Amino acid sequence: MNIQFRESPEAASHPTTKTAIADCDIHPARATRTELYPYLAKRWQHHLEVYGVHAYQGMMEGPPYPKAQPNASRRDAYPPEGGPQGSSLSFMQKQLLDPNNVQLGVLNPLNTGQGIRNHDLSAALCSAINDWQIDKWTSKDKRLKASIVVGNEDGLAAAAEIRERAGDKNFVQVLLLSRNVEPLGQRRYWPIYQAAEEAGLPVGVHAFGFGGNPITPSGWPSYYIEEMVGHSQCQQSALASLVLEGVFERFPKLKMVMIEAGFGWAPSLAWRLDKVWQRLRSEVPDVKRPPSEYIREQVWWTTQPMEDPERREDLFDVINWIGWDRLLFATDYPHWDYDEPSRVLPAGVSEANRAAFYLDNAKKLYGIA
Amino acid sequence: MARHVIAPVDELPPGTRKFLEIEGRPIAVFNIKGEYFGLMNRCPHQGAALCEGPLIGLAQSSNPGEIEYTKLGEIIRCPWHGWEFDIRTGQSYCDPRRFRVKAYPAHVEPGASVVKGPYVAETVTVKVESDYVVVEL
Repeated sequence: MNIQFRESPEAASHPTTKTAIADCDIHPARATRTELYPYLAKRWQHHLEVYGVHAYQGMMEGPPYPKAQPNASRRDAYPPEGGPQGSSLSFMQKQLLDPNNVQLGVLNPLNTGQGIRNHDLSAALCSAINDWQIDKWTSKDKRLKASIVVGNEDGLAAAAEIRERAGDKNFVQVLLLSRNVEPLGQRRYWPIYQAAEEAGLPVGVHAFGFGGNPITPSGWPSYYIEEMVGHSQCQQSALASLVLEGVFERFPKLKMVMIEAGFGWAPSLAWRLDKVWQRLRSEVPDVKRPPSEYIREQVWWTTQPMEDPERREDLFDVINWIGWDRLLFATDYPHWDYDEPSRVLPAGVSEANRAAFYLDNAKKLYGIA
Repeated sequence: MARHVIAPVDELPPGTRKFLEIEGRPIAVFNIKGEYFGLMNRCPHQGAALCEGPLIGLAQSSNPGEIEYTKLGEIIRCPWHGWEFDIRTGQSYCDPRRFRVKAYPAHVEPGASVVKGPYVAETVTVKVESDYVVVEL
């Protein structure tokens, strides 16, 4: 391998979307291993040094596969001052926010305190990452908004974290990951939805996480490609669970955002759910309406990695089913499967739908004036 | 077709690449084991700076279970989405029917012939006694 370490060129030297956009999936990283320590009680700093972090999964050295590029990131995203991709605000501004005219950027920190077996440590790390998001990011750049990261396996602690942050304008959503110990509709997670609904915050479900289960429904796959494709399978079972456990019925003002797992599968999942629900409704009397109605009314979808069928009409058919008012443009910066704003939407979209897709839907959902 | 002087040969040793803008186009010139290659530094897929990526080989299989790994160090892999292109031809291995990256001939010329012209040497001072890497656009 011959990676050249040299000053990155001016990012995006080609012209991009000139109109303002929202980017609903940005991944900020920590520059150093101990960057969170100022936000952690001494007790937890010592705990990390002595015991480390234990996720609901074996293979302690990180994700189950090497990812397609170093740190699963664009090779041109190393900050000039050093540190991992996504760890420098100034470089993020220069490479992503400024050239693409990002008016709203939603931060989704990964590999934080979620999916950790020690629930007290999980809560402490999540609280720390939330403070860190304000200190390092949102207080320094008003375009950026944070997600309330919560210890997903302890519903009550997660709800407490949400209530503590409710009303703080630095935060625009609650963040969960798609791999959890149980499907996301289960009761242990209900306090999260209750607190989010009370706070008027959408709940984002981002691909990945550690739940202790194989990362596909049929077991551990051989290839990274299978993991990438598996995100949509995982998200589908999470969404089916949310519908069928009556979460949307119980929390009618709850809004969910499906992040980074595609959206092309939405119609087919909804059709199948509706069909089976018609026949087996008595098993879930809590679910009063066809599943597709809850999905259409209470679910939003980020675009990256954007569906890219051969015929653009196929893409438009899917979006028409979902609704042009439900898609939220996202890049996934700095990750390698980044979507370039100017390249993802084919020609033939009305000006109003383009505006909704790139910016208006996000501002409305996240309550940005 | 203009011939542009890129650099004196000793400034582009084997294993290195040089990035520059020529006639408003982002270009990269590679020296691979003494052979020179010019490539448009823009991925035709989504516009990334293609030549920031690593040079790898080409993994192919003529029969299931038999893998050949050829063209070692001659396949450029896009720094974003990993699309592979042949540095000799600009051929895409992901979607060869729809995508190709522009390849430009590059080679070494003695200073004497460069001085005779016609060459574009905007940023390079040419001396008769040296050799220069030249790319044709």
